Amino acid sequence: MNFEFTEEHKMIQQAAKDFAERELLPDVIERDEKQEFAAEHVKKLAELGLIGMMTDPKYGGGGMDTISYVLAMEEISKIDSSVAVLLSVCNSLVIWGIETYGTEEQKEKYLKPLASGKKIGAFLLSEPEAGSDATSQRTIAEDKGDYYLVNGTKNWITNANSASTYVLIAQTHPDKKHKGINALIVDKNSQGITLGPHENKMGMRSSDTHSVMFNDVKVPKENRIGEDGFGFPFAMKTLDGGRIGIASQALGIAQGAFERAVKYSKERKAFGTEISNHQSVAFKLAEMAVKIENARNLCLKAAWLKDQHLPYGIASAMAKQYAADIAMEVTTEAVQIHGGYGYVKEYHVERLMREAKLTQIYEGTSEVQKIVISRSILKD
Amino acid sequence: MKILVCISNVPDTTTKIKFVNDNKDFDATGVQWIINPWDELALTRALEIKEANATAIEKITVINVGLTAAEATIRKALAIGADNGIRINADPKDSYFVAFQLAEVIKKENFDIILCGIESCDYNGASVGGMLAELLDYTSVSAVSHLNLENNQIILKREIDGGQELISVQTPFIGIVQKGIAKDARIPNMRGIMMAKSKPLQVVEAVDSDNYTDFVGFSYPKPKAACKKIEPENVKELINLLHNEAKVL
Repeated sequence: MNFEFTEEHKMIQQAAKDFAERELLPDVIERDEKQEFAAEHVKKLAELGLIGMMTDPKYGGGGMDTISYVLAMEEISKIDSSVAVLLSVCNSLVIWGIETYGTEEQKEKYLKPLASGKKIGAFLLSEPEAGSDATSQRTIAEDKGDYYLVNGTKNWITNANSASTYVLIAQTHPDKKHKGINALIVDKNSQGITLGPHENKMGMRSSDTHSVMFNDVKVPKENRIGEDGFGFPFAMKTLDGGRIGIASQALGIAQGAFERAVKYSKERKAFGTEISNHQSVAFKLAEMAVKIENARNLCLKAAWLKDQHLPYGIASAMAKQYAADIAMEVTTEAVQIHGGYGYVKEYHVERLMREAKLTQIYEGTSEVQKIVISRSILKD
Repeated sequence: MKILVCISNVPDTTTKIKFVNDNKDFDATGVQWIINPWDELALTRALEIKEANATAIEKITVINVGLTAAEATIRKALAIGADNGIRINADPKDSYFVAFQLAEVIKKENFDIILCGIESCDYNGASVGGMLAELLDYTSVSAVSHLNLENNQIILKREIDGGQELISVQTPFIGIVQKGIAKDARIPNMRGIMMAKSKPLQVVEAVDSDNYTDFVGFSYPKPKAACKKIEPENVKELINLLHNEAKVL
């Protein structure tokens, strides 16, 4: 067993940290307040090669491992989770899904511009009545011979407006239930697609979230990923990797809040001494540190399993559930340590706390992760 | 045309400096090492010039006098975009020693433009560039804040009292660069990081040379005085303290 990072890992971590501090930090509060998408920052993120960082270089990606991805996600999320979620959706869901299950033609046409960051992707799974229960897809992709005719509504779609390429999960054979679901690559400019208003969210407010409505949208047959009816396993496999991204995001949020709490506690004085000298604060910091370390180990373990081509679905569910839950706890304590200052925007921790909440909800709630974990324990 | 950028491996600028061995040695425990910021800006400018004059610039080499641990810093320079690296295997403590080692390597390969940061942010010697020019008998220009290649002519700007000097130089020359030479240091991109692994990094053994200086000891600066906060409405108190305590009024 080796817990050491390679020189490349350290360099990637530092590059992501430098990028986040130099480019994202200066206007993160303002963008959050105004719900402004970080368009210029995302261009730079693409130039840096963080979008498509794990994709095979022959498709324009960086060819890096999942450990690198965890490190980069943590650093970006320490500063700005609205940007980090874009990174996660593009890398873990859209790009990985097409690279792993797409045809060569699909990879040539769609993967290359996505992996080089020239285009952004979005993953359309959730529906008004199908969130955790992803089998209940109501969006229909009717088989019309050489194309699918899509009708329905998708909810909570990250990158809905900024993306050019959608990976859509829709039902083709309702009688077959989840075995009738397909995954389709859809051009966002296709006729019949309209977006709902920008969702006014509690956190990650500068992330571009909308509902997407499909009204008689024609999708060529060659845009289907995998065999007919492969959509549900495709979504589940893709989300296994997505959980590593979101777990790393939650880890970054916790680490970001923790670092700010440590710094503040060494500066702020109360009762004649820095508050870090009060055991009530020092113990909080110790507990936060242990939780973060555990979350980091779970994220890295899941990433390592994926890199070794070993089963990682349970490990990623554990990482996601634990990291998200401790992100909520750690950020809440970080606000508490900051006292009144933690409750105002200037000190960032209230924003991190709002961001942490979403990690417990999206890409499988903490409860859904527990279903996945408990089923694996109780099977046989 | 070949460009050489001399890079120092220095502690991160946010490092808390500690000394050991009766305050004679810097305590490197847990220190994160980086490319000296001025050298990094020099490298950034070299890359910008290469990008703008792809046919004129054959390659950019980085060179460092350092022990094995410095290779991570050299690899970072390669990740940022340098074509190859050279490490002279020695512990760099004395400016003359460093300049002498660099000169020995440079004599064997003809570089047209040699860039050094004006000083390193560890020992702040600010002398290697000048010494190197003397040892090689090359032209050197100090405090360069702008460097450009225009119609194969090298144009420099340097800061002088009350303004700037615009000069042209013949190659080979040594540019000792300072702030302004490039806007921001580059963050290595992912492809650059992956490519850095396979770029050549040559290790050269140091030659015998004198050390003209030796550290006798280091001391810490005086701690900053405690900050007193006065409420905005309490102007009288502020004036009183400035007058009677700080004695600046």
